[in-house]
Amino acid sequence: MNFDFSDDQKFLKGEARKFLEANCPTSRARGVLEDAAQGYDQALWKSVAGQGWLGAAIPEEFGGLGLGHLELCVIAEELGRAVAPIPFASTVYFLAEAIMLAGDEAQKADLLPKIAAGEIIGAIATSEGPGATTAATLQSAVTDGKLTGVKIPVTDGDIADVALVLAKEGGKPGLFLVDLAGAGVTREAVKTLDPTRDAARLTFKDAPAHRVGKAGEGMELVEQIFDRAAVLLSFEQCGGADRCLEMAKEYALERYAFGRVIASYQAIKHKLADMYVKNELARSNAYYGAWALNTNAPELPVAASAARIAASEAYWFASKENIQTHGGIGFTWEMDCHLFYRRSRQLSLVAGAPRVWKERLVSHLERRNAAAA
Amino acid sequence: MDFNDSPEEAAYRQQVREWLEANAPKARVGGDPEGGDGMAASKAWQAKKAAAGYACITWPKEWGGQGGTPVQNVIFSQEEAKHPIPGNPFQIGLGMCVPTVMTFADEETKKRFVGPALRGEEIWSQLFSEPSGGSDVAGARTKAERAPDGSGDWIINGQKVWTTGAQFSDFGIVITRTSLDKPKHKGLTMFWVDMKDPGVEVKPIHQMSGGSGFNEVFFTDVRVKDSQRLGAVDEGWKVSLVTLMNERLAVGGQTGAGWQQFMEAARNTPGLDGGSALKDGALREKLADWYVQAEGLKHTRNRTMTALSRGQTPGPESSIGKIISAVQMQELGNTAIEMLDQYGIIDDPELASLGGAFHFSLMFGPGLRIAGGTDEILRNIIAERVLGLPGDIRVDKDVPFKDMPTGR
Repeated sequence: MNFDFSDDQKFLKGEARKFLEANCPTSRARGVLEDAAQGYDQALWKSVAGQGWLGAAIPEEFGGLGLGHLELCVIAEELGRAVAPIPFASTVYFLAEAIMLAGDEAQKADLLPKIAAGEIIGAIATSEGPGATTAATLQSAVTDGKLTGVKIPVTDGDIADVALVLAKEGGKPGLFLVDLAGAGVTREAVKTLDPTRDAARLTFKDAPAHRVGKAGEGMELVEQIFDRAAVLLSFEQCGGADRCLEMAKEYALERYAFGRVIASYQAIKHKLADMYVKNELARSNAYYGAWALNTNAPELPVAASAARIAASEAYWFASKENIQTHGGIGFTWEMDCHLFYRRSRQLSLVAGAPRVWKERLVSHLERRNAAAA
Repeated sequence: MDFNDSPEEAAYRQQVREWLEANAPKARVGGDPEGGDGMAASKAWQAKKAAAGYACITWPKEWGGQGGTPVQNVIFSQEEAKHPIPGNPFQIGLGMCVPTVMTFADEETKKRFVGPALRGEEIWSQLFSEPSGGSDVAGARTKAERAPDGSGDWIINGQKVWTTGAQFSDFGIVITRTSLDKPKHKGLTMFWVDMKDPGVEVKPIHQMSGGSGFNEVFFTDVRVKDSQRLGAVDEGWKVSLVTLMNERLAVGGQTGAGWQQFMEAARNTPGLDGGSALKDGALREKLADWYVQAEGLKHTRNRTMTALSRGQTPGPESSIGKIISAVQMQELGNTAIEMLDQYGIIDDPELASLGGAFHFSLMFGPGLRIAGGTDEILRNIIAERVLGLPGDIRVDKDVPFKDMPTGR
């Protein structure tokens, strides 16, 4: 049994933590939070690109480091821990993964080197309004290579160069690449729950669009991309949830009430123990997701669902109970607690809400059971 | 990252498989070790394992083990579980009591007891919990006093409770109060006792779930030699920590009906709209949560196994298992029963779904949340030993035991 990261991967994780502690203290997220004109931290983005992280899982022939997804997972965990205010997920977990999964050779040769070098920012545009988008509700459409429709919200849509857009073609869903600087694209930033991660309304009017993957298989492709992203996001969530537990613990050990540190009260101890239990369950599920992602196992959809559900629950619980443990000071703008609370929501929603993933998980289990019967 | 054995582990697994193939029973005899046939089968299987060195793999060779690693032990258990083996009434003895005897008894005592226990010829009980202290084991009141005849013998009087397997045990280790003037942790002494002594009376406890898996054990003027003492006088707490440390190495699996059984039952139960209950969104959400918890525990065990495989010692992290599984057992049972609507009232195995497995979960779940460390004690263990938070402010540490408030 070797269900853990290798020493090399752990070394990379340690290096990533050191780098982010030096280059991404929470003041960087706060800088983006408090400056509406700043969509992301450009200096941090440049330095992260300089580390090669954007191309960690991209093959060397396309300008990446040619490492695997396990390496990307450990980097993701550290980015989550640091609440890094950069479009890493949009560009790497969604765009790069989609191109590696379904792009043709020309698309790979064009986009992957630019992603690895930090020259372009990506986004994925599936949502069109309240509620989950399905093949039945999908409105955006491509005719003769021209996209028309409205996507909202599109995370990083205001800063991205390229978007993957889910739209119908000939009545069936497909996934399309659109140059956001090109003709027929209007973007408006929308105010977000987590302003360290921007989002936009994208309005397309006859915008040139190029299909990724097979015609009519857009929904399936989006599911596959989301499965891959869900595993990587779950590591960001684990990183954030663990940091919340640390913050709560540090504060509980220094805060006195009624003549003793509040960490000596069982009400607080049991709360932190519950955080620990949820975080460990999330981590174990995330590891299984990492294994499935890295080996392209048939179990990936189920493993990714479990990873996403457990990590969303853990980060939600840890981020809200971290505020509670801090008491009144935790409710102030100046304390960092809300940065994690906001990010926990952003990460739980960006690839579809846990409720949707629970439904997907049970559907997969039903099919698996039927197949076994 | 993979789930494969190392080459050494694979070779060991192969060796174990071949041995089990040739030696394991082909059909299950009696499920209950308390039944005559069941106990005979359990003892026979234990003797066979002992002869081949598989009874206590991690023990040193001189005591009948293989000097093996914890991973080899897990590998054997995994492979053994694939065969219709009889129940194992030796676990508490070999996992906790006999290692304590091996640590603290003299050579003669060890020679007398270790072999027969290993071979399943003699069964051991652990006598710690008392009516006045389950979580608070150090509050034990069962008294051991020096015999007045100057022989150095001890006389034990008192009561233990929740003793698993006492009814078929031959020996036990018992924690007793030997000083009322010292603080609670400093006035305890451990002994081994003969469970067949006429002064030892075993009475089964009738559980709220209907069964009787545990006992009360009454000690009335039970005389033991000073040579039966394990560890120094009044140092029994330290001895008990050795016993309990061994408890933690047992890594538990799923208990009772799980998400698979729930999913199957839901599929076959009418739902709110007349279709299958498995279409009910509220039930599907719970099903997903239980699946994710079960997977989380499974892969936490895989991480523990990996740590063992790398020669590390897993810490109290494994305490998380029972916190999750015991509550899930109770909740899953109750949800399954509510799913049946009025029909859920019926607890007749002939009529209830899955032969009453969900009703069993509902009624046994409360016990599992208490046994082997309550939900609350386990949270304290995580908070204090994993997270390093301070212990509770104690009012009982420096007070002579006789001055401690006791309540009822």
